[in-house]
Amino acid sequence: MMAAFILAFSLATLGMFFVSYCRSLVAACTQHTLSAEVRDVTGIRAVAAGRDYTRVVQLLQLCPDRVEDRTKLRAISLYHFLLTFLQNTAAKLAPSLLSWTEQERAHCAQFAAVMLDRRIAFSREMLAQQAEL
Amino acid sequence: MPGSVALFLWCVGTLLEVCFVVCSLARKAFFRYFFLNLYFILSVLTSAARFLTLNAYGSSSDQYAHVYYYTDALLTVALFIALISLYSLVFGELGFSKQIRFAAVLLLLGTAAFSYGVVWQSEERLATSFAYELSQNLYFVGLVLTYILWGAVLKLREARTRLVQFILSLGLYFSAYAASYALVNLADKFSAVQYLSQLLACLLPLSWSVTMLRHTEDSRIATAPLVAVQR
Repeated sequence: MMAAFILAFSLATLGMFFVSYCRSLVAACTQHTLSAEVRDVTGIRAVAAGRDYTRVVQLLQLCPDRVEDRTKLRAISLYHFLLTFLQNTAAKLAPSLLSWTEQERAHCAQFAAVMLDRRIAFSREMLAQQAEL
Repeated sequence: MPGSVALFLWCVGTLLEVCFVVCSLARKAFFRYFFLNLYFILSVLTSAARFLTLNAYGSSSDQYAHVYYYTDALLTVALFIALISLYSLVFGELGFSKQIRFAAVLLLLGTAAFSYGVVWQSEERLATSFAYELSQNLYFVGLVLTYILWGAVLKLREARTRLVQFILSLGLYFSAYAASYALVNLADKFSAVQYLSQLLACLLPLSWSVTMLRHTEDSRIATAPLVAVQR
């Protein structure tokens, strides 16, 4: 009984801390203005929507990897996966949850788009360095 | 000897702990986050002691069991102190450091007394049972304290990115660990549960190292949008 209570409490706090942690990763990117190139490539006009995430991640995989982004991107991918799962299950019963998950998924897409922006800039830099050599 | 997966996770965890200490030295933040570093240094030393005992006596020996449970209790106390040091950083500017230290000692002694109360009747292996019980209870107390600390961070609008991410990572670690302890009590026959704690041991030094590398002491973050459920 006690173990079950501790398990339930721990899982609830785990969820809360995970959401806050992912939001702290995404927070830095929400104010970032995407470059015109990224907006053209991804089709994002003003603000990213939840459905853009998969497409942006596919584009990300085409760019050279940046080691420093890898951990963050994995955490956000897990977060996006859980949000999509929630949207397809529990959120169908609660409209407020549906709008919350959609908003969070949009933040994930924005985060991925900012990563794409950085990777493109990084690739450019590498090409420029190679050209100099 | 443990299996290859367990051994691999053990090595990765230890390397990540060393990585955090190196990152703090490189970022000149070793003394600012001294107790976090102390915890990882103790953890690396503990890993070495466990490995030597394991090699000398084997995993089913009494010696290994003693070393394992005593060092586990020691590490949990060190992590508890690291958590209190984060409290001091958050509340330090308000001048509550003394009261926090006093309350932390009281809480630690209270948890130890409660753990002893639970195991005092077991005649065999009283010391190891106490060490195990103390670790388990301190993880739960740590989880509750981190939850309170996160509430205080939001209330006080603490904006230091490093501190915020350290606290969030610690909250994730404590809650996942407390859940895994509860899961072991509920379903210890599942072997996957045994690997869970080792996997979790890798995540804390990883996220703290990333935080240390990615953010400077001057980085700031708005905490209001981080609340899991917006009011």
